[in-house]
Amino acid sequence: MPRILVVASALDGTLGRSALELLGGARALAGDGGAEVVAALLAPRMIDGAAETLGRHGAAWVVQVSDAALSVGQTDAALIAVEAVMTRVEPDVVLVAADTVGRELAPRLAFRRQAALVTEAMELRMDGPAILARRQVYGGRAMATLAVTKRPAVISVKPRSFDAPEPADAAGRTESLEVAIQAAGLKAVVTGVAAEAAEVGLEEAQIVISGGRGVGGAEGFKLLHTLAELLGGAVGSSRPPADEGWVPISWQIGQTGKTIRPNLYVAVGISGAAQHVAGVSGARTIVAINRDNQAPIFSLAHFGLVGDYRQIVPSLTAKLKELKST
Amino acid sequence: MEIVVCLKQVVDPELPSQEFAIDPASRRQVRAGKALVISTYDENALEVALQLKDAGAASAVTALTVAPAAEAKDAVRLALAMGADKAVVVDDPRAALLLGAEKAALLAAALRRIGSFDLVLTGCESADWVERVLAPLLAEALDASCVTFVSRVEAGTGRVTARRLADDGVHTVEARLPAVVSVTSDEGNRPRLPKIRDIMQAGKKPVETVPVAELTDLPAALRETGVEVREVVVPQRTTTCEFLEGEPAEQAAALVQRLRALKVV
Repeated sequence: MPRILVVASALDGTLGRSALELLGGARALAGDGGAEVVAALLAPRMIDGAAETLGRHGAAWVVQVSDAALSVGQTDAALIAVEAVMTRVEPDVVLVAADTVGRELAPRLAFRRQAALVTEAMELRMDGPAILARRQVYGGRAMATLAVTKRPAVISVKPRSFDAPEPADAAGRTESLEVAIQAAGLKAVVTGVAAEAAEVGLEEAQIVISGGRGVGGAEGFKLLHTLAELLGGAVGSSRPPADEGWVPISWQIGQTGKTIRPNLYVAVGISGAAQHVAGVSGARTIVAINRDNQAPIFSLAHFGLVGDYRQIVPSLTAKLKELKST
Repeated sequence: MEIVVCLKQVVDPELPSQEFAIDPASRRQVRAGKALVISTYDENALEVALQLKDAGAASAVTALTVAPAAEAKDAVRLALAMGADKAVVVDDPRAALLLGAEKAALLAAALRRIGSFDLVLTGCESADWVERVLAPLLAEALDASCVTFVSRVEAGTGRVTARRLADDGVHTVEARLPAVVSVTSDEGNRPRLPKIRDIMQAGKKPVETVPVAELTDLPAALRETGVEVREVVVPQRTTTCEFLEGEPAEQAAALVQRLRALKVV
């Protein structure tokens, strides 16, 4: 039975959703054949209940490494810790979340372990002895299936690709592993973290109103914000507004940026470049508001409103307000 | 400080979908006859390098690419016109088929051959395969420090300070030299447009072409990748868009009605 190591990174002191998603990925990869799933829990200190949570979501064995050097953004420290866990666990496959640290960690780990490497996987399954990993390529215009024959394999998983497994009673065994991380020996060190005015819960929001170049400036995003607020949703953007500085970078949705799966996605003044579409293709209902009736976004949208968003968006807000008050 | 910037040419990602096709034999995008451009973020990486040079922090900027030599001409000319001092082209007819790890092996060997560099810059991802592996793999192969998704770089003594755009905000990362840094875009590193005079002078700058066969010193860890591309497919979009016509108020009313019917709002 293959052994799958999931890197549960809790560098900010909390166990996030991504670790549980990786356990979902491990389960998909194990398939009917089964696998022994191990979690490496990396955190600056012991976190109450974290190992237990991992156990309930499918980790049969949790190896926790707690060290003050394992703090936000600290890839060099995380790399040392995961290497140590790999030596202890000897996994066939390592799953890493493709987040800020994971994107640096996965290739470096693969290099050090002479492992096969696949990044940003969205689907995983076994096909005989090969792991099949599917991922977006060409800015989301195509899907590639990669066959991985070498072991160990390090695979980074794109956020929101897997659901967390349903929790069960059976908690796995837990052990602590001491790893000597010499802070002075790290080559790259995070010396400052400025949490941006991140649009609260963009990734969790069930309704997202998003603006593109067609919004024209920071001013226009206020109209989007009013609508989002009324619907209890969040505001996002495609790449141009983030590049232009109209909105914070953390609002950006797409290949570069966040991947979201809301119930409703309203794209305002967004042309629909493949790069952006890659981040929203999981949305259930997509509405596009654009002046150009030939904009590629309409080929993805369920409902299209051709016209000036400066008139359409306030009309929508007014109509919804009217409904709320009745 | 000497800087090497790694550049990749890709089929223009802004081309309309009708021009996008996968060649079933190579399982890659059809390239023949399509406009090639420098991959989006690679130009931002070059801009960051040139800004360090403008500020007096870098003495030389070299553009490095792996491509069929004939195909690389436009990218090389643009990089030199923007302000790179010289270019090195690893002439590889198979370049467009290589995945990130294979490309990293060649680039690492080419960088060792170039020898003198303190900082290597790459784009944070290529516009085609978006693997995001080049900078971390090069850092390992060259025993250098690594920071990715950086929008600004400041030079210090024996190190750089990088502004990394992270999932949760902005990180300041101090990295020892030599370092490999991948660059993402922001308002401060928009690629400059070369002037006519720069374009004229670009032709006089040195371009070294290295046949790929001369690069034998490949990192062992990247020799057998154990990964093959089995299939590349273009998903068929099944959605058909219903256009809601009328004045803005009518469009809004029609949309709200449909969203309520779907229980979305």
